[in-house]
Amino acid sequence: MADAIRIDKLQKTFRLGFIPKTRPILKGISFSVREGEIFGYLGPNGAGKTTTIKCLLGLIHPDAGTIEIFGRSHLSPRSREPLGFLPENPYFYDYLTAREFLAFTADLFGLARKETGGRIARLLKLVGLERAADLPLRKFSRGMLQRAGLAQALINDPKLVILDEPLGGMDPLGRKEIRDIIVRFKDEGKTVFFTSHILQDIEMICDRVAIIVGGRIVKEGALRDLVSERVLFTEATVSGLFPDAFRGLAESVSVQGDRVLLRIFEESKVGEVLDLVRAHKGRLVSLSPRTETLEDIFVETVTRT
Amino acid sequence: MKIWAIAGITFKEAKRDRILYLLFFFAALGIVASRALAVLTVGDRVKIIKDVGLASISVFGVLMAILIGTGLVYKEIDKKTIFTLLAKPLHRAEFILGKFLGLVLTLFVMTLAMSLIFLAIVYAHTLKIEGVLLVAVGYIFLELVLITAVAVLFSSFSTPILSSLFALAFYLIGHLSWGLELIIKKMRPGAGKALVRALYTFLPDLENFNFKTEVVHGLPIPPGIYVSAFLYGVCYTAFILGLAVLVFRRRDFI
Repeated sequence: MADAIRIDKLQKTFRLGFIPKTRPILKGISFSVREGEIFGYLGPNGAGKTTTIKCLLGLIHPDAGTIEIFGRSHLSPRSREPLGFLPENPYFYDYLTAREFLAFTADLFGLARKETGGRIARLLKLVGLERAADLPLRKFSRGMLQRAGLAQALINDPKLVILDEPLGGMDPLGRKEIRDIIVRFKDEGKTVFFTSHILQDIEMICDRVAIIVGGRIVKEGALRDLVSERVLFTEATVSGLFPDAFRGLAESVSVQGDRVLLRIFEESKVGEVLDLVRAHKGRLVSLSPRTETLEDIFVETVTRT
Repeated sequence: MKIWAIAGITFKEAKRDRILYLLFFFAALGIVASRALAVLTVGDRVKIIKDVGLASISVFGVLMAILIGTGLVYKEIDKKTIFTLLAKPLHRAEFILGKFLGLVLTLFVMTLAMSLIFLAIVYAHTLKIEGVLLVAVGYIFLELVLITAVAVLFSSFSTPILSSLFALAFYLIGHLSWGLELIIKKMRPGAGKALVRALYTFLPDLENFNFKTEVVHGLPIPPGIYVSAFLYGVCYTAFILGLAVLVFRRRDFI
């Protein structure tokens, strides 16, 4: 499969302050995003995620390295023709209505007005802003602005969608809707490159991820290769027994009323815990093995680096 | 198409700026007050009305160009709306030209409105529509176009306050630099004269656009002067816009 994005040895150092202090942000990062996949770009705050995206979009000039979008240098404005972008905090002209704003962005792609009317209506419906279409953007909540931002990112029916924290500021229902839209993009053959702090969302929908820490890519690969199915521990909730009864078998995490939440690290001791509960006429409320998650990998990677 | 989209949004934004209407109000007040001034002054009343009217259009037009122009690009960067724009297939040069044209369009509408008030006041006194006054207004507008380009240039790398000071300095230097021409005439040939000549060539001479005296007093103007003033304005504006594009192309938007 061809690469939608190819980044090779990208470096960027900022010189900030009156007496310029150099601060390297990207230290030679390389990765590629394949056509048609959902790619998650993770990293702690200040790791260089947004700087990478800004380099990709030509908002920042890299000091070294190359960036290609569908095989074309990112420096050419034409490379941005098949691209849709949603910034982290959408900043738009707040005196325009959502409909006017979308018409303006359509103009920036040189789309014909007669063609855009129907497309704008469809996009407003897709992001759930039909009723607010003729309200000025200054009256929008953060979640609504995020939706308007998503709509403008799709105005050109892009092959590649770049989303910087698309789920930030969304309520749980809104997050689910946006997740569903992203998955739909994949079904339509679009490539999605997105950053998010909400790792569960990334785990749910991404095909591949890259983790950036301190300006370096420290992990990259398919999610199924990174996250093993190894059981880390088993969580059990029991009632009718005191926490002390499990000493040596499991670690008591919390006590709520007569319920005790236990964490059992050795698989062989799960049976012993169950036997103990039965012997003391206690009750097993829940039992669930915890496998490795993206969050575990992320925390481990970031703390180790 | 893309340039016009940017120009259109700039026009819309400038239209919402209250300072534009405040300056327009004072310009209109200046033009109307010229009648009162004419009554109080000894001399040809109509000439005083024309003088004060044209000066009002010029001064308040320049203030509009500077005060709105210097915030144009800066606001886009400060409010981060530029991220969404430059992520589109848009050349940075198209962005700068769009911003420039948007403000030029705003100033055109404002100059037109001020001119209508001015012509109406003159008509009330002479009962004639004096089209020749529009020649002076036309060159005032050309000067405003150049000042707009300067404001956009400074706005592309500096804060509005600093940009306003720089643009104001450009305007003042532009109206005083003609003095260098007199100095050149009186200097002996040599390195000093060459240096002053080079300085005069580089510095703007905005007096090239000043046809107020000739128009008000009905003095003849050779057609060549019109043409050279027009070409000077167009070339200087293109040069300044070129600089603005160069500066803007190198910028990082952090």
